[in-house]
Amino acid sequence: MKILSKLYMALIILFLYAPIAVMIFFSFNSGSSVWVFEGFSFDWYAELVFNGEMLDAFKHTLIIAILSALISTILGTAAAVGIDMLKSKFAKSLVMSVTNIPMMNADIVTGVSLMLLFIFFGKLLGLAESLGFMTVLIAHITFNLPYVILSVMPKLKQTDPALSQAAMDLGCTPLKSFFKVVLPSISSGVFTGFIMAFTLSLDDFVISYFTCGHYQTLPIVIYNMTKKTVTPDTYALSTLIFISVFTLLILYNVTLSRSEKKRGMA
Amino acid sequence: MKKIFQISIVFILILSLFSLCSCGYEYFDLELDADYTNNLQGTVLNVYNWGEYISDGSEGTIDVNKEFEKITGIKVNYSTFESNETMYSQLRTAGVSYDLIIPSDYMIDRMISEEMLLPIDVNRISNYKNVDEAYKNLYFDPENKYSVPYNVGMVGIIYNTKMVDEIPDSWSVFWDSKYKNQTLMFSNPRDAFMTAQFLSGVSVNSTNKADWDKAADLLKSQKSNLQSYVMDEVYGKMETGEAAIAPYYSGDYLTMYDVNPDLAFVYPKEGTNIFVDSVCIPKCCQNYEAAMLYINFLLEPEIALANAEYIGYASPNTAVINNTDYCYYGNEILYPKEENMPKTEYYRNLSDDIRYYYENLWIDVKLY
Repeated sequence: MKILSKLYMALIILFLYAPIAVMIFFSFNSGSSVWVFEGFSFDWYAELVFNGEMLDAFKHTLIIAILSALISTILGTAAAVGIDMLKSKFAKSLVMSVTNIPMMNADIVTGVSLMLLFIFFGKLLGLAESLGFMTVLIAHITFNLPYVILSVMPKLKQTDPALSQAAMDLGCTPLKSFFKVVLPSISSGVFTGFIMAFTLSLDDFVISYFTCGHYQTLPIVIYNMTKKTVTPDTYALSTLIFISVFTLLILYNVTLSRSEKKRGMA
Repeated sequence: MKKIFQISIVFILILSLFSLCSCGYEYFDLELDADYTNNLQGTVLNVYNWGEYISDGSEGTIDVNKEFEKITGIKVNYSTFESNETMYSQLRTAGVSYDLIIPSDYMIDRMISEEMLLPIDVNRISNYKNVDEAYKNLYFDPENKYSVPYNVGMVGIIYNTKMVDEIPDSWSVFWDSKYKNQTLMFSNPRDAFMTAQFLSGVSVNSTNKADWDKAADLLKSQKSNLQSYVMDEVYGKMETGEAAIAPYYSGDYLTMYDVNPDLAFVYPKEGTNIFVDSVCIPKCCQNYEAAMLYINFLLEPEIALANAEYIGYASPNTAVINNTDYCYYGNEILYPKEENMPKTEYYRNLSDDIRYYYENLWIDVKLY
């Protein structure tokens, strides 16, 4: 039984990581094919330096991901605190269902409806271009918000509402008590929300596709390569992204276990 | 808080790494025929082109956009699309404005008829003299008023000489039961129907629904030999020898041949589709003069050469075709001699009625 469960685990890991492994392997191909391995080289990593279009797109993706994750984390946390304070149960569940809609909705519906909205407002304001950096940022904040709220809410439920009242009794202003007492106790939820929002925004294709205008992000640029074929420097860039996300996760887990150890000792 | 701090440090490191990277390009010492002095410095030119369809500085090539920026001082804002239809709908929804687009023949036909393009005065484009006469006055733009040709190409049959003994110079090879499970077919309706239409000798622009029905039936019967419907995947399947025969574009064959020299290419005797992708200026253009400069720049012998070598499609630019240093100089596949020139037919813009009809037929074929 133990062998079986280990085998099952190994199989799952294999299915999850085999495609990434193949991609990393082919990023070291010396030939220009993304299918036939001709020899080992770092050529495509060097080539990446010259592919301005792809690097620009990657920069766009990162800027959008960081900004939208930051803004939606701030907005989402504030919203979650507000929802948590609602007295009526009915109002609470009503607001929660409304905020969950962008998450339940199919991406393509969200994308198309946002595009229509932006174009409508663009025309109303008489802009020559209604789609661009701002619209794709707004769209990403929109679909990130419910994820942040959903990851902050349970943490808020766990914290004792008496805590902030106690802080205020001891002389804190409501704002101070929020930053000194409430925020530290929900910080892991806020952080998870931020990471969720960041990764969702990083690999979003459908919604960006409809709202980005000239501000094309990396997934869109790669998709547009399909008239010709995808070049191996795409693999090189993806490998670099994978490695940085991977180190990020390791860093996160190491600090997490360290701080838990510290807490255990104290 | 410490965690967040650490992670933001990592992000900043990654970001700065990439911003450092992007300045690796070294400018070329170009010899240009036209004069690019202008008073548009600092303005922006929005170019909308197919993906991977311009020389971009990789592998020591010329980065056309960067060179244009350096010479004219105009900032190029370059975006890409993957099909004529995407480009069309982007322009139609009017959320974005582009100053220069590169659609294909039938789409130009449609856009002219819907008055979506601005006229281009070719007399003001000094390098227009480089354009091959064969690609002037084409059906969609008989007076050369709206378009300047950028790339041309034809569809042919790619086959693996180790798996196919004869020269498969007819579309009928896709119906030959010898190659059961070894043939590939286009995964877009227009091109797939094209093969069947040439085989049965009807026009690819037929307005007779019965012709499309017949082609659909032929494609259904072809499915017994079919390995899969492909677009991009054709590279992998042909390069690795997974499939024996595929229809595809001549320029792309040359890319595959570099990887797998067992591959060969032939134009079918029944005839085939020819396409032209041309530069046009859409009505929403905000920087017309810069667009004119850009068109002239694309026709420069050195720039056109860089693009032709990078893209690998046939060039309509005589300064490229007659250049003995051109890596595809005299290539018989890109530039067949007159006596070997296959019979060709352009796609034309079809009525909505026919388009819906064949798109539905195509769903039928795929589900068959």
